[in-house]
Amino acid sequence: MAKPTWMQVCLGVLTLLSLAPQNSHAEIKIGAVTCLTGALSTFGVSSIQGAKLAVEEINASGGTLGQPIQLIVEDNGSKAGETATITRKFISQDKVVVILGDLTSSATMEGAPLAQAAKIPLLTPSATNVAITKIGNYIFRSCFIDPFTGKIMAKFALDHLQAKRAIVMTDVKQDYSVGLTEAIEHFFNQNGARISNTFSYSSGDTDFRTQLTEVRNAHPDVVFLPGYYTEVGLILLQARQLGIKCPFVGGEGWDSPSLIQVAGKAAEGNYYTDHFSAADPEPRVQNFVQIYRAKYGAIPDALAALWYDGARLLAQAVQRAGSTDPAKIRDALAATRDFDGVTGRISIDENRNASKPGVILKIESGEPKMVQQITP
Amino acid sequence: MSRSLLNLMLALVACVFISFFGENFIASKFAYYYDILISIGVNIILATSLNLVNGYTGQFSLGHAGFMAIGAYASASWSNHLDPLIFGIVAGSGNPVVTNVAMFVSTLFAGIFAAIAGFAVGVPSLRLKGDYLAIVTLGFGEIIRVAILNLDFLGASRGLSVTGTYTNLFWTYGSVVLCIYVVVSLVHSTYGRGFLTVRDDEVAAEAMGINTTKYKVVAFVVASFFAGVAGALYAHFKAFVTPEGFNFFRSVDVVVIVILGGMGSTIGVVFAAVLLTILPEALRALAHTQFVPTAYQGLLENRLILYSLLLIILMLTRPQGLFGDGAAFKKWLGRSRAD
Repeated sequence: MAKPTWMQVCLGVLTLLSLAPQNSHAEIKIGAVTCLTGALSTFGVSSIQGAKLAVEEINASGGTLGQPIQLIVEDNGSKAGETATITRKFISQDKVVVILGDLTSSATMEGAPLAQAAKIPLLTPSATNVAITKIGNYIFRSCFIDPFTGKIMAKFALDHLQAKRAIVMTDVKQDYSVGLTEAIEHFFNQNGARISNTFSYSSGDTDFRTQLTEVRNAHPDVVFLPGYYTEVGLILLQARQLGIKCPFVGGEGWDSPSLIQVAGKAAEGNYYTDHFSAADPEPRVQNFVQIYRAKYGAIPDALAALWYDGARLLAQAVQRAGSTDPAKIRDALAATRDFDGVTGRISIDENRNASKPGVILKIESGEPKMVQQITP
Repeated sequence: MSRSLLNLMLALVACVFISFFGENFIASKFAYYYDILISIGVNIILATSLNLVNGYTGQFSLGHAGFMAIGAYASASWSNHLDPLIFGIVAGSGNPVVTNVAMFVSTLFAGIFAAIAGFAVGVPSLRLKGDYLAIVTLGFGEIIRVAILNLDFLGASRGLSVTGTYTNLFWTYGSVVLCIYVVVSLVHSTYGRGFLTVRDDEVAAEAMGINTTKYKVVAFVVASFFAGVAGALYAHFKAFVTPEGFNFFRSVDVVVIVILGGMGSTIGVVFAAVLLTILPEALRALAHTQFVPTAYQGLLENRLILYSLLLIILMLTRPQGLFGDGAAFKKWLGRSRAD
């Protein structure tokens, strides 16, 4: 007999794998795609822990439509192109009922058109780019979009901080930061207030004294800082060194323990908005925090909470649809009203985006404390 | 007609045949395997073309993803902006003849654009040798990525959606066949001996009156052309491109395929491209099977650890590449036939 060639070995292995015993068919299959390895793995691991916790709870209480949910988890390795492959796998191999994911906007942009073409409902719990849900009527999201974050930041500064003179510092390299800046300016203009000045910086900068000196000379009541934690930590530190006393207000990009590590005392007294706060006294939230901590030994972050809600929202939609027919699930998802999630009460609007409250956090004695919840 | 040209024609006809009869069936019933098939094709083109530079000409380029990015963005912009004007294609629909012509034009444009970029980079930097060249090409790949990140009309960090998903088995494997044909016949031609001379002993080559820089630039431009083609195929298949998809690690992926396949062995590199594209997906499937005890499932979920481990084992056992040079492969093939 001829010695098997490499190709035959490969084909053999593939055949064996495709013949591998599959799980029983009496299960509702949800395909979850996120980044468990690679650059964004810390976010991905949190997200999938949240989703798994939700599925375990649902299955413990009898599942959906009387059947347990099977969560098929796939890793995109934080690599471009992988989510498209995985989405095709979900649709053609696993025959999933719905897809949960992806974590980032750019990965979701790969998977969503395929899900739309195959008419399989897709719900992303954490991709905030506005363009995603415009792909089609099978694409949903359960988090709020960037313009909304900007709006609640601006609203908080006007109502709560009574800001008259406001300044924005924008990270021009980050799409997220530019989007928030536009939203803040828009809200200010609508409400008869005005942003007195805008300064820019780029991700990777380490010295912000030039811009901050001008900020100090303008004597603002509030400075908006819609950037990511790496630069924000340094900006806060340098601002306090220059003697700027007014509060800084940021978005969910601030949500990292390393911000407080870098800025130390300079972080105190500043505010940021987020999807979720583990310090929220709401019993539903505290219950979730407790269960999560018991299982994973850590306090859930915003992504864990968002994906927990996303998985539960999907399961509930399948339940309400009364069948696994994708079109019915789609309609049920679109009809979601006042879903009680740990990240707030979620309703899906006519653009298939979530309308839900955001929380304002204040950094006090080295920890973010919840100040208030703002509903749109 | 020479024998190799005949082989090329036969292979192209086979591609047309497969695409014509099998395309819709595979794409609809086995979308996942279809995706892997296209990825294999793209990786074969990338690795075979890089092999011309890294393997046959003995230079070390780390910027292949940069040329792929140029091709991907060039063809994507061409399709997004010019297809509606020239061919009247709206939102990727249109009759198959028109879309195939559109695909040909945008792929060719991508290849030529990338080749021009390859020439522009190659002329000044190919006077450098070894590690220095590696650093320059690495830097170039990063410059492209950062440039795209800052160009708003290319979508910047948001990424760019591509309207036409024209890539099919014919265009992918047609390009694979063409790429292999060009590289193999170039290297085996009288002219192509120049590449090997540059690799084996640059000083001796120069002493013999060979313009070494010219040979290096030719190899570089041909490789860039096919990297651009691979980028176009990728862009028109995944329908979405982002600068992060063409970072340094993408270049390293291709270099790994070339090294594993064996520098200067086209057949080895093709096999390595197939193997290294299937391997992560096979490991993905392995993680979900019931063969593995539950205790080890966690390990399998970290499939990239296994992937890296397999790479190390392969490199330790086959340091000369999967098949070493072509001669060793022919011998091996002959022996297994004789069994």
